[in-house]
Amino acid sequence: MATIIEPTIFELSSPGRRGVTMPASDVPTVDLPAKDFLRSELPLPELAEVDVVRHYMKLSSFNYSVDGGFYPLGSCTMKYNPKINEDTCRLPGFLFTHPLQPIETVQGNLALMYEMQDWLKEISGFAGVTLQPAAGAHGEFTGVLMMAAYHKSRGDTKRTRMLIPDAAHGTNPASVGMLGMSVVTIPSDSRGNVDLKALEAACDDTVVGMMLTNPNTLGMFDENIEKVIKLVQGCGGLMYGDGANLNALLGIVRPGDLGFDVMHFNLHKTFSVPHGGGGPGSGPVGVSQRLADFLPSPLVGIIEEGDDETAPLYGFVNPKNSIGRMKAFHGHFGGGLVRSYTYILMHGPDGLKDIAQYAVLNANYLQARLRGTYRIPYDRICMHEFVMEGHFEGSDVRALDISKRLMDYDFHPPTNYFPLIVPEALMIEPTETENKDTLDRFADALIKIAEEAKSQPDLLHNAPSTTQFGRMDEVKAARELVLCCWLPENYEA
Amino acid sequence: MTYIPISPQERDAMLKTVGVKTLDDLFEAIPAKRRFPKLDLPPALTEMEAAAHLADMASSNENVRQDLISFLGAGAYNHYVPSVVDHMLRRGEFYTAYTPYQPEISQGTLQAIFEYQSLMTNLTGMEVSNASHYDGATATAEAVNLAYAQYRGKRKKIVMSPSVNPQYRAVIRTYSQGMGLTEVGDEAGNHEDGPEVLMSLIDEATMLVVVQYPDFFGRIYDYKKLIDTAHEKGALVCVVANPTALILLKTPGEMGADIVVGEAQPFGIPLWYGGPYLGFFTTKKSYVHKMAGRLVGETVDVRGNRSYVLTLTAREQHIKRERATSNICTNQGLLALGCSVYMSVLGRQGLQEVANLCYQKAHYAAAELSKIDGFGLCHPEPFFHEFVLCTPKPAGEVNQYLLDHGVLGGYDLSTDYPDMQNHLLVAVTEMNSRDEIDTLVALLKEM
Repeated sequence: MATIIEPTIFELSSPGRRGVTMPASDVPTVDLPAKDFLRSELPLPELAEVDVVRHYMKLSSFNYSVDGGFYPLGSCTMKYNPKINEDTCRLPGFLFTHPLQPIETVQGNLALMYEMQDWLKEISGFAGVTLQPAAGAHGEFTGVLMMAAYHKSRGDTKRTRMLIPDAAHGTNPASVGMLGMSVVTIPSDSRGNVDLKALEAACDDTVVGMMLTNPNTLGMFDENIEKVIKLVQGCGGLMYGDGANLNALLGIVRPGDLGFDVMHFNLHKTFSVPHGGGGPGSGPVGVSQRLADFLPSPLVGIIEEGDDETAPLYGFVNPKNSIGRMKAFHGHFGGGLVRSYTYILMHGPDGLKDIAQYAVLNANYLQARLRGTYRIPYDRICMHEFVMEGHFEGSDVRALDISKRLMDYDFHPPTNYFPLIVPEALMIEPTETENKDTLDRFADALIKIAEEAKSQPDLLHNAPSTTQFGRMDEVKAARELVLCCWLPENYEA
Repeated sequence: MTYIPISPQERDAMLKTVGVKTLDDLFEAIPAKRRFPKLDLPPALTEMEAAAHLADMASSNENVRQDLISFLGAGAYNHYVPSVVDHMLRRGEFYTAYTPYQPEISQGTLQAIFEYQSLMTNLTGMEVSNASHYDGATATAEAVNLAYAQYRGKRKKIVMSPSVNPQYRAVIRTYSQGMGLTEVGDEAGNHEDGPEVLMSLIDEATMLVVVQYPDFFGRIYDYKKLIDTAHEKGALVCVVANPTALILLKTPGEMGADIVVGEAQPFGIPLWYGGPYLGFFTTKKSYVHKMAGRLVGETVDVRGNRSYVLTLTAREQHIKRERATSNICTNQGLLALGCSVYMSVLGRQGLQEVANLCYQKAHYAAAELSKIDGFGLCHPEPFFHEFVLCTPKPAGEVNQYLLDHGVLGGYDLSTDYPDMQNHLLVAVTEMNSRDEIDTLVALLKEM
């Protein structure tokens, strides 16, 4: 029998216990529908408020978080999330507006969305922006749908192949798969750039376009980016930018200026929307002029121009050849857009550039400190992250062991085993919100772990040893597939 | 305002370690003529200024707590959220954590999702739940993906009830445009038909039947016969359900549904002008390998502690890449947590009180509104907390008149159903006092 450190909410339940109660009805009572329409039991927990608070507080203590420490998870941009955002997104005027209210009653929301569209255009150099996509992968799907619609509108129906570099995030090919297109993998060259020869060979009139993360998942800005874009567009393809790594580019270069046709933003990475244990994110998409008519509907537009005395009237507009609706309502307004709006407003143009510069400085500083201890397969000035190899000659220690051992030093591990093209990859993204002391402690820990790998490898194999939980039996989870914890004997009908 | 914790002296020391002179030197890989664009954005504000600016913007809205009386639902509902919910969501340990890829230091998130999965399956009467989707509309679109994968593309027909939320149907059309599906059932003209009309459309080519419960017009149907018919033809059935209604009503699981999805916003998530919300997705165990999204399973750690991990990850995009069922990467983790706290702190009895208040108040409103000359309920079927009121004038005009008096009357159904001009969809929840309902009735009497 396993030891239970914290019971589930069901196990804590006791019949008859009460939490929050609701007021008595102030209207005459009518009968419920006939019994055939009603459920016979409601097997849900019964607890007092204090039971609930203690339970979730206990669970929260099991989590590592950005508020608690350094979280250098590559490609995830785990930066500090300013507390003021938590207050602005909960202002009653935002919290309590219904998505279907008449536009005259929600001009504050619409003005915020309109400005946000404009600001994201300005930051990225694109002609149009939709705020609707709910997350990065959702934005990717939106972008690929627009690329398909563009070709279709031109009667160009034989384009079915999407070019994707071998370093790409798995959502790229998966987004393409959702549309039934095929994926052509393009290798990287020895400097971590797209292999131009391979790209040239793949470019023909069956190419939908290319999906490129730049900086890529090795943390490298592609040194031939303009040639890459020229090749893809030269054969009639469209250039998709995965904006996962936009944090490195704020005020540094605009993807639209480089010639990208479409890119998704990850507001939960670049613009400080907290990650929430896996979501909600927010994934607006920017497009060049030739794709603007295909944006999802609706967008926020000006319905009646204003003048010196009156503000314009904001409302919804539908692009001419829109791909349609990506989700219900208007995107992740409260939890996504209001937080990011606050963040951009407080940084201004110079502050945004500082973010990118210090994110890149911190990554290069860590890379410099770890060079010589760990093998860095693509060793040049990196952008906001870099990838090193978590293994040593003559040792059976793996990247996973190093990651787990880092927990004993009270750090969150880097992303491991990604990108797939680096053996035993450890992908490290410190972000701009870490100070030098933290970076030094982290580098010191990794150097110490490299020594331990030689002198006491079992320390790594058995890590973590100081955390509340040890390594998990993942095979058992998949084999037994216990996904639910209903204990019906605790309930009275 | 900056959040960068590095002094100029520290910066210089770090630049020296890196081996460059200035920050700008780090960017030589970027084409020189495109480097360092001047961004035309408003100048930076301090926290004090930004807080004031945002407060101004927020207060220029009219909200449904302080400024307006609201009977607007149609997919997003004004419910009371107990204080505890947001207190828990504001814990940095929860909201500043990432997807729980490292289970040893993410057991809080993992156990919370495991409990969420359990709460949702118990609510819907289904066997498994994933860790959530973006919203009810995209969860419904993922049900189409599941059915498509289940039949490996060999069945390509969807029977779609016209009384499924129009936005959900629109999202399904967007999502499925690469699949070559045919959709029948929701063509113009038949949108007020009941489920029996759909039964004749189900055949051996049908992969999925989609219905809503209560439907978009608020009507409650027992879909058992429809589901049995679908199963006879080998088709799957997806029921889009309202969670508040499920507190009271027979579960779709009991009716035999294969997939139950919906929008969990009513369970502890603010209206927030439409998002972020929480799409729930529950199904039978036999379809778990075709289900998209994150999934948490129970296991033990090396010390013998009961613990939880993300499981069946081989279904997902980071392993399967272009062969994955869906590209979904995130869930709505924090809002799933909020939903769990909401369900826990109200508990079985508190939730029953919420559902009962919604039911009683909606029926009081319906009865009083029906007494007004020229007004009446459009449909005879039982309803839960939302119903269609037939109005003597176009619903748009009725709404404008009510708005002039500070009331959001409901949803004008002609927005999506052009021939339903005089049809107002009215939602009533525990937030609507008898006084508010009486105000609505009095205003319409005077119209």
